[in-house]
Amino acid sequence: MALSALFLIVFLLQHFIINLMSVISEDAFNSTSHFMGTNGLIQFVMQPILMFGILFHFIMGFILESKNRSARPEKYAMYKGSANSSWMSRNMIWSGLFILGFLAFHLWDFWLPEMNYKYIEGNPADPKRYFGEVQHMFANPIRVIVYCLSFVFLALHLLHGFQSAFQSIGARHPKYTPAIKAFGKWYAILIPAGFIFIAVFHFLNGNH
Amino acid sequence: MDLTLKIWRQKNAQAKGKMETYPVKDISEDMSFLEMLDVLNEQLINDGKEPVAFDHDCREGICGMCSLYINGQAHGPDREITTCQLHMRSFKNGDTIVIEPWRAAAFPVIKDLVTDRSAFDRIMNAGGFVSVNTSGNTIDANSIPIPKHDADKAFDAATCIGCGACVASCKNASAMLFTSAKVSQLALLPQGKVEAHERVMNMVHQMDEEGFGNCTNTGACEVECPKGISLENIARMNREYLSASLVSE
Repeated sequence: MALSALFLIVFLLQHFIINLMSVISEDAFNSTSHFMGTNGLIQFVMQPILMFGILFHFIMGFILESKNRSARPEKYAMYKGSANSSWMSRNMIWSGLFILGFLAFHLWDFWLPEMNYKYIEGNPADPKRYFGEVQHMFANPIRVIVYCLSFVFLALHLLHGFQSAFQSIGARHPKYTPAIKAFGKWYAILIPAGFIFIAVFHFLNGNH
Repeated sequence: MDLTLKIWRQKNAQAKGKMETYPVKDISEDMSFLEMLDVLNEQLINDGKEPVAFDHDCREGICGMCSLYINGQAHGPDREITTCQLHMRSFKNGDTIVIEPWRAAAFPVIKDLVTDRSAFDRIMNAGGFVSVNTSGNTIDANSIPIPKHDADKAFDAATCIGCGACVASCKNASAMLFTSAKVSQLALLPQGKVEAHERVMNMVHQMDEEGFGNCTNTGACEVECPKGISLENIARMNREYLSASLVSE
């Protein structure tokens, strides 16, 4: 769980940096997207590894949840979880399920048409198409709302998940743990907030 | 003060239990929670009813016998105490108090509020010890120099009284805090290092066998632990387990 989480945290940063380029420079975004979309190593090695990482994380999450639920067959009549733990830590399954829903939507909405465009229809590579496509996608307010809401859930998931992953692999030390926790908190807020900013930025600029 | 108690009553391990309501009157705020239950039991006995079964022994916070999930929290609302150290001044006149046994598949209810915590004993039997030759040539433990820092950490871990509040508080009914305290206590000392790999593998295996849940690092156990056992022990056990998994045959 923790290892796949750390892998996905790194992937998220990479995804964010590329998306952020669409705000900074149209050319940089186009050339990076073209590289990511056509490079054989990324398309045929890294992409399957990513898919495996995502699937592994979700499947392990479901197994963990079902085992943990069966560890307490009789529930408490009165349970005060908020007295000793954060809402985020107790509801990872729900924030995770919401993110899974978003990923399914994202794959259907973005990844499948992209695969279809490149490999099934076999369209010629067009290094200039990406920026326009992003602007077109975020012109739709419903898509922007879905994105924004999903990233709020991602932030909630990361607020617990980031530091929890380090604890699970035993990386805990009085010298470094406060820094890991503080960095994790900023990461969990800034990265999803950045994704929301990018979606809203294109929505506002694309509708001029 | 006058209180309304809602208590889990269950005749035996096989019976289906249910919550029952009992009023108690004239409870002193200086009483411990267990003394309040003693008052209730005297009242029940005088009425010709079955008293409420609950675990207790030393009544001074060191034996780990008293359990009780009180108003949604292990050992009630206060911090770093057992139920015998919880006083009625934590409640006010007219309160309704919900009292339940520890809930975990690995801690089945024997009767009313008494649960079978022998799963902890079996985890200890799986590796919570140091094998020493007791033929008469045993070296005095104090003759081995131990850094003060390590000795303190081992002692902190050793203060675990095995009450099970960690399991009861954890939303996953995980026994990681208990097991990790026992693993840490020995892993930190030179005498325990010899069997460290075997120990952590066997104890974690037994913990899983008993049907405890998995740790998702909510931290509830650390907050509710009457002895303030730190999550640092869980991280240490995770490290011990990872390194033992890599080299064990």
